[in-house]
Amino acid sequence: MNTSAVPLPAWIEVVLIPLLNILLALIVAGLIMLTIGVDPVEAVAIMIRGAFGYDEAIGYTLYYTTNFIFTGLAVAVAFHASLFNIGGEGQAMIGGLGVGLVFLLLDSVLPTLLLIPIGIIAAALFGAAWAFIPAWLQAYRGSHVVITTIMFNFIASSLMVYLLVNVLIKKGSMSPETREFEPGAWMPFMHDFLAWFGFDVTRSPLNLSLVLALVCAFLVWIYIWRTRWGYELRTAGFSEDAAVYAGIKPKTVVISAMCISGALAGLMAVNEIMGVHHRLILNFTAGYGFTGIAVSLMGRNHPVGIIFASLLFGVLYQGGAELAFEMPKVSREMVVAIQGLIILFSGALALMLRPWVVRIYLMLRPPQVQAAS
Amino acid sequence: MTPSQDLAIELRHISKSFGLVRANHDISMQVQRGTVHGIVGENGAGKSTLMSILYGFYQADRGEILIDGKVRQITSSRDAIDVGIGMVHQHFMLVDTLTVLENVMLGAESHALLNKSSIDARAELQKLADEYDLGVELDAVTGELPVGEQQRTEILKALYRHAEILILDEPTGVLTPQEADQLFRVLRALKERGVTVILITHKLREIMDITDTVSVLRLGEMVAHRNTVDTSVEELAELMVGRRLVESSFSRVENPGSRKGIEVRDLTVIDQRGKKRVDNISFTVKHGEIVGIAGVAGNGQSKLLEVLAGIAQPSSGDFEIGGYQCKPGKPLNPSRCRALHINHVPEDRLKLGLVKAFTAAESALLGYHNERQYSIRGFLQLKSIRAMCARLMEGFDVRPGNPSLRSSTFSGGNQQKLILARELEKNPEVLLVGQPTRGVDIGAIALIHQKLIEMRDAGCAVLLVSVELDEIMALSDRILVMFEGRIVGEVKGGDADKTQLGLMMANAMEQAS
Amino acid sequence: MKLNWRFALAAAGLWLAAGVAQAADYKPAVVFDMGGKFDKSFNQGVYDGVEKFKSETGIGYLEFEVTNEAQREQALRKMAQRGADPVLGIGFAQAPALEKVAKEFPDTRFAIIDMVVDLPNVRSIVFKEQEGSFLVGVLAALASESGKVGFIGGMDIPLIRKFACGYAQGVKYANADAEVLENMTGSTPAAWNDPGRGGELTKSQFDRGADVVYAAAGGTGVGVYQAAKDAGKLAIGVDSNQNYLHPGTMLTSMLKRVDVAAYNVFKDSMDDKFTPGIQVLGLAEAGVGWAIDEHNESMITADMKAAVEAASAKIIAGDLAVHDYTSDNSCPQ
Repeated sequence: MNTSAVPLPAWIEVVLIPLLNILLALIVAGLIMLTIGVDPVEAVAIMIRGAFGYDEAIGYTLYYTTNFIFTGLAVAVAFHASLFNIGGEGQAMIGGLGVGLVFLLLDSVLPTLLLIPIGIIAAALFGAAWAFIPAWLQAYRGSHVVITTIMFNFIASSLMVYLLVNVLIKKGSMSPETREFEPGAWMPFMHDFLAWFGFDVTRSPLNLSLVLALVCAFLVWIYIWRTRWGYELRTAGFSEDAAVYAGIKPKTVVISAMCISGALAGLMAVNEIMGVHHRLILNFTAGYGFTGIAVSLMGRNHPVGIIFASLLFGVLYQGGAELAFEMPKVSREMVVAIQGLIILFSGALALMLRPWVVRIYLMLRPPQVQAAS
Repeated sequence: MTPSQDLAIELRHISKSFGLVRANHDISMQVQRGTVHGIVGENGAGKSTLMSILYGFYQADRGEILIDGKVRQITSSRDAIDVGIGMVHQHFMLVDTLTVLENVMLGAESHALLNKSSIDARAELQKLADEYDLGVELDAVTGELPVGEQQRTEILKALYRHAEILILDEPTGVLTPQEADQLFRVLRALKERGVTVILITHKLREIMDITDTVSVLRLGEMVAHRNTVDTSVEELAELMVGRRLVESSFSRVENPGSRKGIEVRDLTVIDQRGKKRVDNISFTVKHGEIVGIAGVAGNGQSKLLEVLAGIAQPSSGDFEIGGYQCKPGKPLNPSRCRALHINHVPEDRLKLGLVKAFTAAESALLGYHNERQYSIRGFLQLKSIRAMCARLMEGFDVRPGNPSLRSSTFSGGNQQKLILARELEKNPEVLLVGQPTRGVDIGAIALIHQKLIEMRDAGCAVLLVSVELDEIMALSDRILVMFEGRIVGEVKGGDADKTQLGLMMANAMEQAS
Repeated sequence: MKLNWRFALAAAGLWLAAGVAQAADYKPAVVFDMGGKFDKSFNQGVYDGVEKFKSETGIGYLEFEVTNEAQREQALRKMAQRGADPVLGIGFAQAPALEKVAKEFPDTRFAIIDMVVDLPNVRSIVFKEQEGSFLVGVLAALASESGKVGFIGGMDIPLIRKFACGYAQGVKYANADAEVLENMTGSTPAAWNDPGRGGELTKSQFDRGADVVYAAAGGTGVGVYQAAKDAGKLAIGVDSNQNYLHPGTMLTSMLKRVDVAAYNVFKDSMDDKFTPGIQVLGLAEAGVGWAIDEHNESMITADMKAAVEAASAKIIAGDLAVHDYTSDNSCPQ
């Protein structure tokens, strides 16, 4: 039976099936844990407590979540234009470079109220610029963005190494990193921010970038579904021929979609560079750009889905660390394996369970006889 | 006539659903060996599903298939070939860059060594070609052959695999009447030699011409079996549609006046591969007339339409449309067309006309998303878009009339009506229409034709491109015939004769004279 | 030589080792960096040192393996919160995090290897890698028949250039006409663990005439040593004594005694002899050196040994200054 054509109610499609996927992943992970003599139920409990159990843990979970929202949105925007932006990693790095350059020049000159917006704009612009080149090559020279964005990750990485090793390095420093920015250029930490209102929260890397990420998610939603530019983007994404017919220029769409995507990826640097490290370092992207692909996939390329998928990944990262801490037998490789299983089942095998769900759904619901049209 | 128990195919109570949609319901059918059996039905009646079940693409939910009196499980096309079923698809399954010989051999090589296989195959194919009058040049590159020969290649392919039962899905859609006649000669030859032919079509005349028996499908159910000699076109049409059809004929416009909607001068279009698609053509379309362009698919009509709609650019020559002079350096584009009230109903509605994944409302907006009432400062005005779509649906009887449904859930006819509604509601000065009724059911065709005539009578200049000769002849005030990019003939609508047009489409007139 | 920042998607491992029974009040902790404690190099050196401490004293320790930038601070703080003392951070990349956490916990003793954190409760241990590299450079020049020797670095960062620069100085010291070929494996952290690329670079250096190659490249070194063995040429190991890997083609190893440093941090703290401040470990302090054992003594002639020991004595005495690349980010040529 061809079940892919059967429509399911939204709650099954976006809530039940993802939950079943995660459950299935946890069952497989549990079996693996059993083989090394670890109680899987306890392990899951530790992971959840480790991710939400105390305020520092929540801080870390949401700090990871922030990164994933940015990179997940970046992938999703490009995806709606039928482009596969794998360059989030490089775009985030260059976004960080933008923040670094601007702050190294201006952080002692300008007040905080100017520095923070300037830093955000710099991150977005630099990320967008880095995505613009592959976009232009795709639009006007036909070089596939999948290939070029991957290449641009390497170029970005090499460029960062060159600049940090040779140019921007703090004098006398052993690590390839810049000097620390003036505190005026720091994105306020959530614990500091809440302290202004009298809430006492343990310090964590969580900073106001989370708010920026949520605002971005909302703006992406508005852009894609509520503006004519989003309409053009989706039209070109679904059918280039239809776009041409409708008077939309697909080349422009490719470039604008990639630039927005790159800007969102670049904003990840706001969280990492402005919010946490306060200096430009190498490899602050730590693979979050790639994880964004899985996040976007799991979130069905919808901002709301991406926020929840990001939270799930935040839980996996933070809860996974806690799990390894509490259970001597669970090594960090084991944690990677569990995360991998969840990505596999929710991403790559997202539709594996659907045929069975459809069958059960049809069984429970007497088929309204509907003639072929 | 063979004895009645000698059945090549018997289907018993076949049912197939896609989710909640019943594509085939309790279908039983018998076809005797060595006969031509027609299956007719409207688009979406379940013909293709049924044949796909027979050819192993789908499995029936219930029911059984008997081939030569034995129950068979056909779960793949490989199984189908093994029991002697061959299929010629509507869209050919040929590799354009291979030769005919290579295409026929593909997947059925007799030896591990290609050279050896091709020697065997050549001998075998020569025999088959002679036997069935299936002349195809074996060493020609398939993609360069006319469609008729490509189709014969497909038939050869099936015969080479020892097909005893040959299924043809809408085989004449891409053929000139003369090519269709040749195909029918081949089919008769096959029948003579005991091959069973199943012909799927919606063209009732063909059924009357060639078949021995006919089955009618409607809404997934088999509604009638007839011996062809005992039935008529009218009866079959009624059975297909489920109600009596009123034959409509339209008035012609003899002297439309002098105002020109389209004037094309020495237009040539060369595609990216350097092939001349439109070759130095000139014609005019005046306001208040319908000019039909007849021709076998792929003879440059599509390109011409794209150029006039601003989607493709001419290589040389110029044209004037809706008062706009299009010259090199002053290109036309689709947005400008819309601003000039030049509206375009594209040939390929699923690729160009709408976006399958969009809601009907979003598809109804296609091309007009920059208009003030639908987007203010960039923000889409969802309410007015929905209202606009609902209005279009009402006016053109699009069912179901719900703007929130996905475009892909509508039937072909309803999709087409939505596109026509979108373009016609803009009060076009010039209307470019490609294949307005392709894949549209009979009921909707009448409505679409009526609307086009109304446009003409309202003073619009209409250029109609269609491969359906009947449609061209029914609607056009003047008919231009295109062949290999050139206009090879012009006839007045009222004077048109099918045979004559058919000869022009094959360019036989010019060659003969 | 260190292996932090290895590219990893994952979360970290942090666990309580067994055997804390004896001294519940004394709880040392170590935070390994991204390479993980089994990197066959820098982190593993520390692991060997703290394991030695554990087996000698029976006192267990807390440990954590970092997998991303943000976890360093998290792990160090968690250790301090759990009452660990002293807390040992590995690698210069942990310095900013350690500085923050050490300020928050002024009563906890901290130590860091490979970087200076100037706080009253922090011991900073740095090494003069250039001196050890100088000595193996002398050996390389003397063992070379072609007059060309090679250097394979891991990721192109100042620390690795420090190794390269010391090495080149040693080579020139022993043979002013010798030529040093220098390649870095890459510009990303993947360069720490790319034995295939290490092997290719080594073969290319052999093709260009080198016959001794020094690898300061973490896990990449394994490929370098294998290529040397396959070509019948010589290789020099790094950080810990790697002579045993391929006896006969491993000329020697440059030793960087992080194991001793780590062991001393735990031991001194236990004995209440912990001293904050900077410890610079060079040849004089036996913090760096070169390895001679049963696997390579046949390859080291008496002349070579004498030359190295002479150079070593001069460096210790201050008569011979080996330039430190990181002092001015340049290497005299």
